[in-house]
Amino acid sequence: MSELRQLCTFLLEGMLYGIEVERVQEVMSAHEITRLPARNAAVRGLLNLRGQIVPVVDLRHCLGLSARPVGVAPANVVVRSAEGAISLWVDEIGDVVEVSQDAFERPPAALNARGGELIRGAYKLEDRLLLVLDIARTLQSATV
Amino acid sequence: MSSSDDRIVEEFLIESHENLDQLDRDLVTLERDPASREVLGRVFRAIHTIKGTCGFLGFARLQSVAHAGESLLSRLRDGELALTPEMTNALLAMVDAIRIILTSIESTGGEGEGDYAAPIAALQRFSPARATPASGATPAPVPGFKKPVGKASPVAEPSPPRVTTPQAPAPRFTESQPSRLFDPLVDAGRIGRDKVDEAERLQKLGDPRRIGEILVDQGLLQPHEVLEALVVHGDAHGGGVTDGHVRVDVKLLDRLMNLVSELVLARNQILQYVGTHEFGALPATSQRLNVITSELQEGIMKTRMQPISTLWNKLPRLVRDVSTACRKDVRLEMDGKDTELDKTVLEAIRDPLMHLVRNAIDHGIEGREIRTVCGKPAEGRLLLRAYHEDAQVYIEISDDGAGIPIERIKRKALDRHLIEADRVEHMTDHDWANLIFLPGFSTAQQITNVSGRGVGMDVVKTNVEAIGGAVEVQTQPTVGTTIFLRIPLTLAIIPALIVTDGGERYAIPQANLQELVRLDTSAPAPGPSGPGAIEDVHGLPVCRLRGALLPLVPLRHALCPPDATFPRELPSERTLNLVVLQSDGRVFGLVVDEINDAEEIVVKPLVDHLKRVPGLAGATILGDGRVALILDVASIARHAGVINASGRSTSPADAASASAAECAGRRKLLLFRLNDERRVALPLERVTRLEEFASGAIERAGGREVVQYRGEILPVVRVAEMLGEAPGESDATMQIVVLPWRGRPIGLIAGRLIDIVEQIDEEQPVASRQGVAGSIVLQQRVTDVLDVDALVSNAGLEGFAPETAHAAGD
Repeated sequence: MSELRQLCTFLLEGMLYGIEVERVQEVMSAHEITRLPARNAAVRGLLNLRGQIVPVVDLRHCLGLSARPVGVAPANVVVRSAEGAISLWVDEIGDVVEVSQDAFERPPAALNARGGELIRGAYKLEDRLLLVLDIARTLQSATV
Repeated sequence: MSSSDDRIVEEFLIESHENLDQLDRDLVTLERDPASREVLGRVFRAIHTIKGTCGFLGFARLQSVAHAGESLLSRLRDGELALTPEMTNALLAMVDAIRIILTSIESTGGEGEGDYAAPIAALQRFSPARATPASGATPAPVPGFKKPVGKASPVAEPSPPRVTTPQAPAPRFTESQPSRLFDPLVDAGRIGRDKVDEAERLQKLGDPRRIGEILVDQGLLQPHEVLEALVVHGDAHGGGVTDGHVRVDVKLLDRLMNLVSELVLARNQILQYVGTHEFGALPATSQRLNVITSELQEGIMKTRMQPISTLWNKLPRLVRDVSTACRKDVRLEMDGKDTELDKTVLEAIRDPLMHLVRNAIDHGIEGREIRTVCGKPAEGRLLLRAYHEDAQVYIEISDDGAGIPIERIKRKALDRHLIEADRVEHMTDHDWANLIFLPGFSTAQQITNVSGRGVGMDVVKTNVEAIGGAVEVQTQPTVGTTIFLRIPLTLAIIPALIVTDGGERYAIPQANLQELVRLDTSAPAPGPSGPGAIEDVHGLPVCRLRGALLPLVPLRHALCPPDATFPRELPSERTLNLVVLQSDGRVFGLVVDEINDAEEIVVKPLVDHLKRVPGLAGATILGDGRVALILDVASIARHAGVINASGRSTSPADAASASAAECAGRRKLLLFRLNDERRVALPLERVTRLEEFASGAIERAGGREVVQYRGEILPVVRVAEMLGEAPGESDATMQIVVLPWRGRPIGLIAGRLIDIVEQIDEEQPVASRQGVAGSIVLQQRVTDVLDVDALVSNAGLEGFAPETAHAAGD
């Protein structure tokens, strides 16, 4: 029996993504942000998380997905990083799922498209695929 | 290493560092007064403690260094040797060596590979003959941890050889002799020794009760007597626990600070909400929340404050080393050691301060011979003063040396074209002296190893200005030089102006602020004074402000990526809001959509992610909980390539004097300091008199505060209260502004009068503040101009007025 891991999942353009639950500090619904002057477009702005100022990174932009339709409020997945908390914008927050290492597969080589290098691999769930995000690379790609 | 060992080592490091700082000071004192047995004893004990503890922890190198020092010190203490400067040097070298090893232990856990044979040899040179038993073999570890020897040990320390034998256990309450606890009661005859012994025997036989409990159960003692015995016992043994200080991790303080800031913001939101609705008792409760929160915030702020002596304590050693190297005699005097500053500020001024002290000795104070020839005392005097004023800290570094050679500065400045020829005739000696802060300026004829040449004073200036401070020099030939530093109390909270642009709000530190201007772009031609229309200098938009050209920078473009060509189009509105900013001698007008209000903001650093964004100094959270970006004015000025278009530096003083001349006949304002942070201004024409009252003169009548004034009852309105600001410090006396309102006099308490100034600009209207006509920049601070009528109407004097009018009418 191989080890089980817990992933915090969320949706982006209808696809299911996941982050190791240990990396996630908290999740929260839409939150007002202060826009940053035009920089790396992935960093959307700053939000006030109980007195801590947290940068907001739009995962749609990091992964090369289409822009979020106007009127759809993004949810926040706040992850811990060496520099402090960083909030990731996602479409919708899912459950915490337990996955077995047996169901894991490296990403297919064809996934080298834009954003593909941020996917560590996929867990084959019964009804769908769960893509695992490489948090370190994602944050790196979003650096100003 | 287990975590408990780690903690022991950490404790050891903290204690040792403190001991070493004390050692530095003591050794320098000792050199002046070699006979002081008290200081010598303290030095000896400090080294002895370090040696003993590191033996226990197995730090052999450290121990051998400390041991060599201890041997010399013990001979000094025993009077076998007299202290010479060479010995002091050797002992200071030992302190440095110990410090290096401690730093290595702190960072790597090990003692490092350094070779300390030289300092050890230097120490042994003075005490070779005596063969101390401890010098050959490694002394046995001290059997257990002792706190560093404190005041409770009047007995002389054991000499080194005795360290190898375990010390007799201190006469303290231990598991084996709990009955000793009752000695005071036995001595007082309240209980027989045999009864206590009997109870102890019972306990040893397995009775789970404590001795005190047994005695109480047996009816031999009252519970309070046992308690008393415990208290007496605690007192008798030093009571280290009752020491009024606790060591707190700075990170914990930072977190508390953060939470308090949040509390303040939540409080602000509640106050705003309560102000606009009807809630019964809620306003009173929220008012109390307001007061408590402010006090809590102040308290937490204070935990971060440290006396400047934490920095100055390093100076006696520095002064000694530098003056010895320069072959000068210098006496260091320090005044205001207890002046407190925020920890971060202290760290920021450490290097500039050290540099200024070195400079004063190296360049300021003359050599012995020259001083004698000039008729000065051979010993030079270096005076450091620190004091609080106006929510700032002032630090002065004065020497009684030769003063700055103005002539040499003039020559050098002209040789190097540091200054335009046409400016020369306007420059005073004071202006010339302050040129020493220009980069690349040095007048020293000789380069010494103490002060690096060419860099230095400009770095001091840069560092001090980086934390929102200022530096200035005053000098008088042959009398001496004084450097003035003005430093903010804390970096965590700064006064700022909030502006809106492109739908987002930004905070501008007030330190950079000169004035607020509303520019009418439709004005047909620029007038002789006052802002005119926008003109164009080679693609750069400028306007005329009191005759000088002011470059304009739209905020929305100032924060663009540096590679983008900088767009200079201005918004097409009829009137533009300008925030006139000054940085590094550059003055420019930042164009923003809206000017909001002055606010105290808590500076939060940006994450590394965003640090490289030019134009941003940090972020803060405003009263409504939203994040606002703090502008870095210096970087915006650089980024926008703004240099004063006329090539002249218009210093604030120039601008002020020019405008004062132009604007004679404009209305005058009384400038008051409301509290440490806030200034308010009142138009002079509204004021009848300014009276001074004893604080006790305020009485209550008709539910209002009043004073008796010229046979009338004068209702008093406290401006701070009306504006929701903290009251200023209370003195024995208070100033009351007497002015007419609806045909009768009333009194306003607006803090202390600090100045009477000309109003140069129109005040800018501010949103949502009743009783304030607008804001204006006076003396580089945002100042609220009071709207007396609105303010007094809010004070609810209507009901009061007829009654007193009647009283006055009699």
